[in-house]
Amino acid sequence: MFEFKRMTATALALALALPLALPQAALADEAAIGARKAQFQLFAFNLGVLGSMAQGRVEYDAEAAQRAADHLFNLTRFYNPALWPEGSDNASAENTRALPAIWENLEDFTQRYGALQTGAEAMQAAAGTDLASLQGALGALGGACGACHDNYRAPAP
Amino acid sequence: MRRWPVVLGLAVAAAGVGFWLLTRPATLSPAHQQALATHAADPARGETVFWAAGCAGCHAAPGIAFNAPLEERLALSGGRRFETGFGTFVAPNISTDTDAGIGGWTLEEFARAVMLGVSPTGAHYYPAFPYRAYAGATPGDVADLWAFWQRLPADATPSRAHDLPAPLNLRRGLGLWKRLAQGVAPPAAPDDPVVARGHYLVETMAHCAECHTPRDALGRLDSTRWMAGAPNPSGEGRIPAIPPQGWSAEDIEAYLSSGFTPEFDVVGGSMADVVVQMAQLPAEDRAAVAAWLLTLPGRD
Repeated sequence: MFEFKRMTATALALALALPLALPQAALADEAAIGARKAQFQLFAFNLGVLGSMAQGRVEYDAEAAQRAADHLFNLTRFYNPALWPEGSDNASAENTRALPAIWENLEDFTQRYGALQTGAEAMQAAAGTDLASLQGALGALGGACGACHDNYRAPAP
Repeated sequence: MRRWPVVLGLAVAAAGVGFWLLTRPATLSPAHQQALATHAADPARGETVFWAAGCAGCHAAPGIAFNAPLEERLALSGGRRFETGFGTFVAPNISTDTDAGIGGWTLEEFARAVMLGVSPTGAHYYPAFPYRAYAGATPGDVADLWAFWQRLPADATPSRAHDLPAPLNLRRGLGLWKRLAQGVAPPAAPDDPVVARGHYLVETMAHCAECHTPRDALGRLDSTRWMAGAPNPSGEGRIPAIPPQGWSAEDIEAYLSSGFTPEFDVVGGSMADVVVQMAQLPAEDRAAVAAWLLTLPGRD
């Protein structure tokens, strides 16, 4: 009888807590999605400085290139699993193109993120040297970005 | 009264004969066969055709990363799955393996497959294989491609069957689809030689319209909305209209050689495989692609 009461109480507590907990989890995911998107926008911004020079759209400027590469290096050091909570994929949440495949292959995903870090490191060493060095490092860096986008990001809605 | 079964039997037989005639697999014309046979095939030129036609985009093994060594894309073992509204297609092994692949084929059999969508045994291929686009290929390009093919590795991975519901699993009926799709065509090729080269690369070789043009209920491309963007046939999201709004020729060329968009986002999804292949073309070919694309309206 006592057991039964306790179970009922637990069930009741859960039933009451669930509607409160669910939106909160969704809110947390929303914040994580926003934060990681901001991080990636900063990648693109600094990549843009380097890429515009590499493509000859903007004149090569060693100082500006080095600054962008330093930023990119520091930004890519930051791999925070808290920005990638389970359930923040595009099947469960709005406003994200992150595919559930990320969480099904988390080890591979992390490894590919590691390739991005390596690429950013090589860019940091090359960007301030000269244009040819910058161009040489950009291929590997872009390749590392694409290596995740090809399997882990859905097409734009 | 006793005549009715006979009439019915004759009608069924006539319908059967009609179906059989309408779905007969096509053969290459004698002129085409001769053009193939007399062409001095150049495997180096064939390599350009190989990357332009995107063979590896579907027939290389699944899961090859954007930045993987290029050699990985030369093993045409098949196995990529394409989940569509009609069922799931699995790209077959088309490596040079004589059992698992197409190593035992003749040039003529290869050309018939690529340009008419008919196997050496006379079976129709499903139009997931873009033979309707390849039908416009020059015999010289097909012969060069086949010469390059001989340098590709053999892979023994067996092909897997498509997973299609009845009656789509009956290949003979595809003969009817081929007839119904006959009127579908890209905008006409322009006179300017550079833009015409771009037209050939985009419409015939790279078969961009297969994803970027919406389809009707029969799976035919909609000629009135060419490259206007379409639902992603294998999942969420949309395949965008091309050229994207505001992109210049320089933007398109940079994207196809590096994967960088003008905003310095990086290509992903199935387009990543396309970019890797387009990046192998000479720069003037990517410029020609851009020149043709920019003649299109580029919006939904």
